[in-house]
Amino acid sequence: MTVGNPVLNISIFAAFVAVTLVIVIRASRSNKTANDFYAAGRSFSGGQNGTAIAGDYLSAASFLGICGAIAVNGYDGFLYSIGFLVAWLVALLLVAELLRNTGKFTMADVLSFRLKERPVRLAAATATLAVCFFYLLAQMAGAGGLVSLLLGVNDRLGQSVVIAVVGFIMIFYVLIGGMKGTTWVQIIKAVLLIAGAGVMTVWVLALNGFNLSALLGNAVEVAGEGILNPGAQYGLTGVSRLDFVSLALALVLGTAGLPHVLMRFYTVPTAKEARRSVVWAIWLIGLFYLFTLVLGYGAAYLVGKETILAAPGGVNSAAPLLAFELGGSILLGIISAVAFATILAVVAGLTITAATSFAHDVYANVIKKGAVPPNGEVKVARITVVVIGVLAIAGGIGVQGQNIAFLVALAFAIAASANLPTILYSLYWRKFTTRGALWSMYGGLGSALLLIIFSPVISGAETSMFPNADFSWFPLNNPGIVSIPLGFLLGWLGTVTSSVKEDPRIAAEMEVRSLTGHGAEKASSH
Amino acid sequence: MAHDDTGTHVPGTAIDYVAVEESPTFVEHKRRHRRFVFPLTVAFLVWYFAYVLLADYAHDFMSIKVIGNINIGLLLGLSQFVTTFAITTWYVSFANRKLDPAAEKFRTELEEIERS
Repeated sequence: MTVGNPVLNISIFAAFVAVTLVIVIRASRSNKTANDFYAAGRSFSGGQNGTAIAGDYLSAASFLGICGAIAVNGYDGFLYSIGFLVAWLVALLLVAELLRNTGKFTMADVLSFRLKERPVRLAAATATLAVCFFYLLAQMAGAGGLVSLLLGVNDRLGQSVVIAVVGFIMIFYVLIGGMKGTTWVQIIKAVLLIAGAGVMTVWVLALNGFNLSALLGNAVEVAGEGILNPGAQYGLTGVSRLDFVSLALALVLGTAGLPHVLMRFYTVPTAKEARRSVVWAIWLIGLFYLFTLVLGYGAAYLVGKETILAAPGGVNSAAPLLAFELGGSILLGIISAVAFATILAVVAGLTITAATSFAHDVYANVIKKGAVPPNGEVKVARITVVVIGVLAIAGGIGVQGQNIAFLVALAFAIAASANLPTILYSLYWRKFTTRGALWSMYGGLGSALLLIIFSPVISGAETSMFPNADFSWFPLNNPGIVSIPLGFLLGWLGTVTSSVKEDPRIAAEMEVRSLTGHGAEKASSH
Repeated sequence: MAHDDTGTHVPGTAIDYVAVEESPTFVEHKRRHRRFVFPLTVAFLVWYFAYVLLADYAHDFMSIKVIGNINIGLLLGLSQFVTTFAITTWYVSFANRKLDPAAEKFRTELEEIERS
């Protein structure tokens, strides 16, 4: 089944690519130093950066995944959006400003301020690459699913070709535009996405007399009373309820450990602007999730669960199908182009983060021990962009058909287990040591990965990646409830068992700088 | 940031950061920051998990309808949005009024020490 007009869908998407390419090429004129390539010269304002954060954060999982989850599972889908939003308070209150004051380009900059540099950078880069990898896979899987619905490409080969095209456009954006170009793509995409969702929301509400209760009532008539009540997805068994607690924990603690979110705090000139960006991001993201609530119930009412599940993209097709129902081929074309743009922008943001982490942390500081020629680091970063892009294309082709929101939830679990404990300890606990950081990062990362491998996600259930094998012994889909506390515990344990104490002078310097902004990286002027 | 050949960061400026850190004004600045953000973090996490556990284990309670088809679950969910927006606004006004002026003052003082 194809919905709408594939030629129209492709034309609108091509127009988006053309406009953003022009902007990226213009932005690339001032890409000379590492400061420009990684952090856009720290020249973005809080409002611009906040919009870009929203663009980075509102991935295909947020738009397609949550709309679909609400349309099909009702209330339980709404729970995702609450976790995704409340999580921003951790970033706002505890992380954003202090991180901006003490770091330069990556999360590892903050950790290596007072800990032993090379081992800590290597660990942080490993965790960063792992999170980016899972997140990238999720976006690429989303691209494949979307294509089958919108372009009428149903065979595997055709979808693989489209994933490759998306991947190559993204590589081009990042190579040419660096952080500045990537940021502009994210800003444009965030505006289009929120505006598009806003128009659809008003439309759905208008059809229901601007009465939320009436909309819910209409959804109930189509889908039954259960759609309003919690429990449809996670309330079935004791294990699934526990799985939900695990997911909730990963969502709320994951955001402030996501490397591509952390990196965005370095693109603004001061800590005050970092704070302002989070505030913008919270309002935009919150508003958007309120829209998805209306869109999800709107899709349940106007499209219906059976039609959604029968469509080629499955659950993820609820939002595009609703657009078609409301505004026909034209609105479907616009919304699908926006969804593509969403995937493209998020993939670009992840790629530049992974490339920065490899070039800055691993290549420049671990392999070359800081002795790199000027521009040598950026050259390596550009090569890394191509390598990661190709890997993402290959991985994306491999994971076609996997659930997007769930792959993203795994990335959140890893970020919350491996990154957040170390970030919080190094910002707030002066006795924290290198051993604590290493135990926490490798322990959090390792336990999260191990539990995923032995969970029903990989084997032992009908929906597993390998449904015919069964080597699962961990009952939960999300490892957060075990691996996150473990990450915090290991950080504490490693610290109290360290015989080597870190230099108190540097701990003092870091604390003073983090709370005052003294000596923070300045914006480059041009 | 300067690093020695083992890759460890070494203090590079004339500022005695330990003395700054132990000065009463800085201790007060740090305390003001932490006294605001720590309790607030605990509060919103408790409120969030209370909501999650209710949605997860108290289905009947959450399904009670309050206004038309709008039930307690939806109202509590929407109030998570409201508290998130409220905490954001509250923190920003606190940071603008109390934290920024103090940080600014420290920055000026520290830059003066470095210049001399």
